Amino acid sequence: MLTLIKIELYKIFKKWRTYIGFIAIAVLVPIIQLAMLSEGERSLDFMTRNLQQSFVFVGNLLNGYLISYIILNSLVVHIPFLITLVAADLLAGEATAGTYRLLITRPVSRFKILVSKFISGIIYTNLLVLWLAIISLGLGVFIFGVGELIVIKSSSIVIFPKYDILWRFLLGYMFASLSMMVVASLAFLFSSLVENAIGPIVSTMAIIIVFLIISAIDIDLFQKIKPFLFTNYMSSWRLFFDEPIDISKIIDSTFILVGHIIAFFGTTVYIFYKKDILT
Amino acid sequence: MTNDKIIEVQNLTKYFGDLCAVNNLNLNVYNGDVFGFLGPNGAGKSTTIRMLISLIAPTDGNIKIFGKELRINRIEILKKIGAIIEKPDFYGYLSAYKNLEILGKLSQIDVTRNRIMEVLELVGLEKRYKSKVKTYSFGMKQRLGLAQALIHDPELIILDEPTTGLDPQGMKEVRDLILFLSHERKKTIFISSHLLNEIELVANRMIIIDKGSAIVEGYVNDLLNVDNLKVTFEVKDTEKTKMILQGTSWLNKIESLANNKIVFILANPEISRLNKFMVENGIEVDAIIPSRSLEQYFLNITEKGF
Repeated sequence: MLTLIKIELYKIFKKWRTYIGFIAIAVLVPIIQLAMLSEGERSLDFMTRNLQQSFVFVGNLLNGYLISYIILNSLVVHIPFLITLVAADLLAGEATAGTYRLLITRPVSRFKILVSKFISGIIYTNLLVLWLAIISLGLGVFIFGVGELIVIKSSSIVIFPKYDILWRFLLGYMFASLSMMVVASLAFLFSSLVENAIGPIVSTMAIIIVFLIISAIDIDLFQKIKPFLFTNYMSSWRLFFDEPIDISKIIDSTFILVGHIIAFFGTTVYIFYKKDILT
Repeated sequence: MTNDKIIEVQNLTKYFGDLCAVNNLNLNVYNGDVFGFLGPNGAGKSTTIRMLISLIAPTDGNIKIFGKELRINRIEILKKIGAIIEKPDFYGYLSAYKNLEILGKLSQIDVTRNRIMEVLELVGLEKRYKSKVKTYSFGMKQRLGLAQALIHDPELIILDEPTTGLDPQGMKEVRDLILFLSHERKKTIFISSHLLNEIELVANRMIIIDKGSAIVEGYVNDLLNVDNLKVTFEVKDTEKTKMILQGTSWLNKIESLANNKIVFILANPEISRLNKFMVENGIEVDAIIPSRSLEQYFLNITEKGF
């Protein structure tokens, strides 16, 4: 199995499209950081304008932690697209290239082929989120320094002392990785159905956007559906920036996301086992 | 060749929706055979081959390879099979060497540099081993296809139209390689084609299928009836030729005579003897054209052409 995973990773990292996500993050995140460097104080002033009547803010509030927190908020919409670029290609790419035949005619079970590809996709997903963490948090701290993290919620404001932040980011990024794994699993499932990676990319993104819209619209029917949509839990990393942290909510979210991963992967296995390779 | 059955197909059937691609097919391939799998385009050859290597599942029927059921012993069986299926596709962004290394590892062999280079040399690609496959011509990819089928030294080699897209020289090289693998390496080879002469030149046994069903199976020599070949001799002077042939046994072997073309019914060794006789008697022979016996045979039994 290890050999298979190594082969799959080798194939993934020999493809140009794999680096699009890393390059996009390496370009976009510093652009946001540079923008914050020039406009950040004004933005922070705007965000806290109502509070300034009651509180006096001192210290370095526009710091690497705040920048990283803001960037991580963009995860839901942008990073899934970068994930699908590779995850959607894992199976469909073999069909497009006609290399399914090379794989399936080797003495390896279809299950092992699937598992190795899936694990490789998950490794890529985690590396991409790690890269986001390094660039946004690492570079953010390097440019802006450290300080207290101010988190403004709809009904409250929480200020974390600087010694109480890093572990929250660590767990927050880990949870963000988990939610991105769901996206990768969904793209992987769609990838098993077709012979071109474009379809799975579009389908996965369409589902994420539709689910996000359903979650955002305040209609009874949609609100009943909402707890079953994985997109509802993609921002649950923010739970680590609550005070106190609601552990039971985090556990529930984790179970739901893991359940989605298992369901998507299980469906992929079923489809792939039954699939006639005609390409 | 021994009587050990390497491939045993019983009542194999495959439906795609309502379309019956393979219908109740039976065939046997024995150890050491170069087995020709012949049929027109759309006859069900590729579908059958895909079932033989588990790319698609049969709707009905049974496949045994090396005496074991494919459905149950897939991995064990595939360790001993090398195959080219239709067009040669590879990871174009990787070199030929890397493609073979990966496929060798997937075949669960200890794939060494020497083994990879040996196989590349066998198919004449050793000088381009570092080049990315996307820079290869179709012919080179076809040869790399043979290399990947051989990398793990399989006992059974399944080749689906291996000369498609090759120039005459390339086709000859592939034929020579098949004969080398059969004679020198004692491999059993299953080769499909819609080209009649390709099968005639390499196979000892064959099956002809059409519309998913077997029409005939047997030894190529028996099916072609090599003692009863139709051979046309084109000569400069037909009258002179007739005179010279008068009183010889060759006269009885003439089937027809028109313009400067004389059609004989001959056994295979007689062709060269008749040619020698004519030349020695001063008959100028412009051409000797053997009829496409297999084509004739196929036309006779199907009343249609390829």
